[in-house]
Amino acid sequence: MNIIVCIKQVPDTTEIKLDPTTGTLLRDGVPSIMNPDDKGGLEIALRLKEQRGGQVTVLTMGPPQAEEILREALAMGVDRAILLSDRKFAGADTLATSNALAGALRTLPFDVVIAGRQAIDGDTAQVGPQVAEHLDLPQVTYAEEIARADDNCLTVRRAIEEGHQIVEVALPCLLTVSAGAVRPRYMSVRGVVEAHGREVERWNFDSISVDERRVGLKGSPTRVFKSFARGGRNAGTPREVDPGEAAEIIIERLQEKFIL
Amino acid sequence: MKSDHKHVFVFAEQRDGILQPVAIELLGKARELADALQEEVYALLVGERVEPLAPECIARGADKVLVAEAPELATYTTEPYTQVLYRIVSEREPSIVLFGATTIGRDLAPRLSARLATGLTADCTALDVSPDGDLLMTRPAFGGNLMATILCKEHRPQMSTVRPGVARPHPRDPHRQGAVERVDARLDPSKFKVKVLQTLREEKTRVDIAAARVLVSGGRGMGNPSALNAIEELATALGGEVSSSRAVVDAGLLPRERQVGQTGKTVRPDIYIAAGISGAIQHLAGMEESGYIIAINKDKYAPIFQVADLGIVGDAARIVPLLAAKIRALRETKQ
Repeated sequence: MNIIVCIKQVPDTTEIKLDPTTGTLLRDGVPSIMNPDDKGGLEIALRLKEQRGGQVTVLTMGPPQAEEILREALAMGVDRAILLSDRKFAGADTLATSNALAGALRTLPFDVVIAGRQAIDGDTAQVGPQVAEHLDLPQVTYAEEIARADDNCLTVRRAIEEGHQIVEVALPCLLTVSAGAVRPRYMSVRGVVEAHGREVERWNFDSISVDERRVGLKGSPTRVFKSFARGGRNAGTPREVDPGEAAEIIIERLQEKFIL
Repeated sequence: MKSDHKHVFVFAEQRDGILQPVAIELLGKARELADALQEEVYALLVGERVEPLAPECIARGADKVLVAEAPELATYTTEPYTQVLYRIVSEREPSIVLFGATTIGRDLAPRLSARLATGLTADCTALDVSPDGDLLMTRPAFGGNLMATILCKEHRPQMSTVRPGVARPHPRDPHRQGAVERVDARLDPSKFKVKVLQTLREEKTRVDIAAARVLVSGGRGMGNPSALNAIEELATALGGEVSSSRAVVDAGLLPRERQVGQTGKTVRPDIYIAAGISGAIQHLAGMEESGYIIAINKDKYAPIFQVADLGIVGDAARIVPLLAAKIRALRETKQ
């Protein structure tokens, strides 16, 4: 079974701090990591390969330094790693990103494409389904486990608000996976050593099959109009009082608000 | 032409014949946007035997309800719903299409946006109309560290998913007039490649903190079972629900459904009491729209105080039980 996992390098947003006086983002020194949902997807792909045989390929679109997460994936046990990098892809929104990834996937053989549910820097959860649409693939989002894999279909457990759903999807297909679903394996020592010597394939715009007007900033219907720090309220200084007085003050306010 | 596109469409999500709260919230928001644009609100009801939900859509702000019914639409799957919506949207050319940022909305909207080759903005927390009549879509970015306002100027429709709980529903007006129109689903089953074999419901005691009027929320400073008991007592005394920060959920003390924040739920109660919560940005992203925020924390520099209407510097583990006891006593003397 040929499995391709789409992964992304992201800043670890839990490590981002705000400048307390200016309210601006302090991005310096924020580590870059493999997006957690993508790592969950990679784990599911490796398990599927262990069960059914075949090959796992990781594909990422990003700047040259995104090679780091491809090396990590190689050390976790993938067979092939592709870095899609070109200035023409810069400034892409989700639709333009999905066009570029679909362009790369069109040139590769696959039975299953796996993507993370969403990336922690954007939290959109849009690229997976958009890629599926461009490639005319059925999609299963919020996948947690492949319960069964046959030659022409997968049985997948997915999370929904009410609990879970068991769905059957015909191959080829695309799954999006969330991080909480599985515990990704660690890189093995041997894997790390071997990953050093292995090739990361470098692709650019000319390597893939896509219309230039549909990628990068030009191919992006949405634009960021402005961004700003979240506004605070004018709360005034917090009050330093003893517990009894604190309780009285709170009760007074709750009464004003007709809660009591 | 962009100017040919008119009206605000709302995907009126229903599950098992129940109109979802987010659909009602979106109809209220769509009403505001349509009034600003002098256009109409359309509710799109898709499913099997869903027409009985049309009057509720009208009472909540819709001018027209388009109803598409077919047995294949009874349980949501991506392709049949995308086909129906693609046909409706490409024929009727709305200016705006809104979805709830639910599992279904986040599965359907991106698929549809790619088929329509238009933009989609995820998980919006605010929607407005610009002076040019474009939709201003505001959403958290970088894990809630920043807010970004997104425009989709040259493409139509402008599409967005909106987080449940961020838009206020309009009060039900049973006298509102509206039209109901049935639309032929005209499905192409040759493309249906996903079958739902089984739905496992795991709700039972599930509470929806997003629907609570009063929330008492515990953080790391209340991260032990006896402190959480005090939170529970206070919530009960106030007729509210218990929620928490991520730390408490990660510690396994409360289930994930109680978590407020960027990775949890967005809540907008009338009263939010943050006890022992320092106020990481991820947490603030989920609660700062609350009506009135009371924060109790030992650290007078805790960021939670920046969003609080009333800030108390003190030990929540001591103040909360005292508060619960005083409120109980107050209620007893009233009776």
